[in-house]
Amino acid sequence: MTQQIFRDSDADRAFRPSWFLGRAAIYAVLLVWAFICLFPIYWTLTTSFKAAPDVMQGNLVPWVDFEPKMLGLRSLGLSPETIFAESTVRAEFLKRFWNSVIVALCSSALALVLGSMAAYGLSRFNYRFGFMKNADISFFFLSQLILPPVVLALPFLVLYKELALLDTRIGLILLYTLTVMPIVIWIMRDQFSSIPTELEEAALVDGLSIWGAFVTIILPIALPGMVAAFILSLVLTWNEYFFAALLTSTNANTLPVMVASQTGSQGISWWSMAALSSAAILPLILVAILLEKYIIKGMAAGAVK
Amino acid sequence: MASTEADYLHIVTADNISAARIRFGKTIIWASAALLCVVGLVQYLDTQGIVSLGFETWRPTLYAFLIWASCLCWGQVLLYGERGKRALFVLPAALFVVAMVVFPLIFALGIAFSNWNLSSPTGRQFNGLDNVRQMWADPFYWNALKNMVWYTLAIVVEYAIAFGLALALNAQIRARKFFRVAFLLPLMLSPVAVSWMIGKSMLEIRFGPVARLLRELGFDQISFFGSPEMARFMIMAMDAWTFIPFMMIMILAGLQAIPKELREAAEVDGASGWSRFWEITFPLMLPVSITAILIRIIFKLKLADIIINITAGGPGGATDSVTSFIFREYRDRSNVGYGTLLAIVYLVLIVIAMTILMKLADRWMRPRY
Repeated sequence: MTQQIFRDSDADRAFRPSWFLGRAAIYAVLLVWAFICLFPIYWTLTTSFKAAPDVMQGNLVPWVDFEPKMLGLRSLGLSPETIFAESTVRAEFLKRFWNSVIVALCSSALALVLGSMAAYGLSRFNYRFGFMKNADISFFFLSQLILPPVVLALPFLVLYKELALLDTRIGLILLYTLTVMPIVIWIMRDQFSSIPTELEEAALVDGLSIWGAFVTIILPIALPGMVAAFILSLVLTWNEYFFAALLTSTNANTLPVMVASQTGSQGISWWSMAALSSAAILPLILVAILLEKYIIKGMAAGAVK
Repeated sequence: MASTEADYLHIVTADNISAARIRFGKTIIWASAALLCVVGLVQYLDTQGIVSLGFETWRPTLYAFLIWASCLCWGQVLLYGERGKRALFVLPAALFVVAMVVFPLIFALGIAFSNWNLSSPTGRQFNGLDNVRQMWADPFYWNALKNMVWYTLAIVVEYAIAFGLALALNAQIRARKFFRVAFLLPLMLSPVAVSWMIGKSMLEIRFGPVARLLRELGFDQISFFGSPEMARFMIMAMDAWTFIPFMMIMILAGLQAIPKELREAAEVDGASGWSRFWEITFPLMLPVSITAILIRIIFKLKLADIIINITAGGPGGATDSVTSFIFREYRDRSNVGYGTLLAIVYLVLIVIAMTILMKLADRWMRPRY
């Protein structure tokens, strides 16, 4: 007769049911929240394929409840039968979309360049501009985050009017750069201070200048952080509405302004609004799915120290 | 975040800077500064009608400023050699921020004490403290400020939900990547699109799925934006929906940084799950939590897009945030002066409140044992 010598105590065995209960609770919470997060997106994407009766009957599942129709795409001039025809709606939509793309990309890139340089300098050298030392300069940059956009909005309205920058993409790019630069500096300073200075010292001994070392050695190492900062800036600038609504009128309107201006006027033709909203959210949803790792890394920077 | 002196990169350089180079450097800096002053002055005189050169815009001054900024950067290298090259890392960003923030803020102070209707031909008129008096008697502005307090208090609930979700994500679960991406998605969506997706269509009273569900459950009188409390709650909920992922990810990063040994040690000591959370996890998470909440407050204070697009402040100003109120104030009356004053008062209040909060946070974060 063999007897088991090592075994779980009774107390540990009794624990099992409550352990399973805990697991079930965790999965229940996760699934419920995932549903809350995903349903509005699903709703928007499917609604762009619904006709008026489908909207009024509250049909939810395509092909089961209702037959998908190309109404949403047609309202933007992008459905198969209208894509080759002349379409003012499509031209309008593409113009707004293109404005959004250019403004978001340019301002994020500009903020990344200026912000990375400043963050690197602040993490490596001692500065003294008048009474301001490194800590003060850092605070000066980061405190821009507190500044609510509304404080700058009206002065910029007047200034841009005087400078003939109203309703131009350059005007928007400059403002957006300003709003996202503190975030870039925050993330990049974190990134640079985790890189040991011995790397540059070695490079300097080998005859590189400090800018050479920065560009050829430090930047490639800091690339993941730069991607994170770039994507976060992209999210903020792509979605920005307040400045765009105030400072643009016909030429430089971005996509959010177009979505907002159509909201009231469409009545029950939800498919066109849904298609427009989908177009506004899809690029970033793709970015989120593909580059989730970097976004999380960017937001975690500075949180953990 | 505090780095010590020893962390910095030290470079020893022997620059031989000739006197001619220094002279040249000083010349271009001062010459470009003089150019900026002259152009600015001439343009000012032009607007006053003293000289008439027919400038259409202030662009020449802008270009002069750009030339001066470039010369200043170049001059640093000429004057200080290697040390100047180091200054070049920070100088462009600093000049950019000064030009884009400090200058407009000073300009804003000038506008704030004037009556300036952009569409009226009379232009700007200095009116002293009239705007202040008008603000003092403006019930809607105070109402908007009060709403901001409510909106900010809602962060406590958001924080609790975010913490719970982060704990669930940090547990041993399958399909973690799917949940992480799904939870992250609301943060990616444009608030304007969200206000249509949720505010205008899902919460639509006749055909929206939420109203339909509530009707199935037996509610008859459904109105999401009818009563002030309900409308404010819906705005809070939508804003929470977009920003909970943000806090959740920061808290999750903090949770993952807690060493496993602590948890195991507590388990060996026989601490139950509940006391493990309150005695170990929560205190260790305090610094991260405070950072997350402070950043969240900063973003909350900018809340406007959803309100402008869904309720436009209604019913009766119950959902107005300060930003959306000023936006409408400008849209309706296009009075730049009054709006700017309101914004500047708001900024002052924010700066005071944030300073107090940061001081308090600093005290809480210091270890007590």
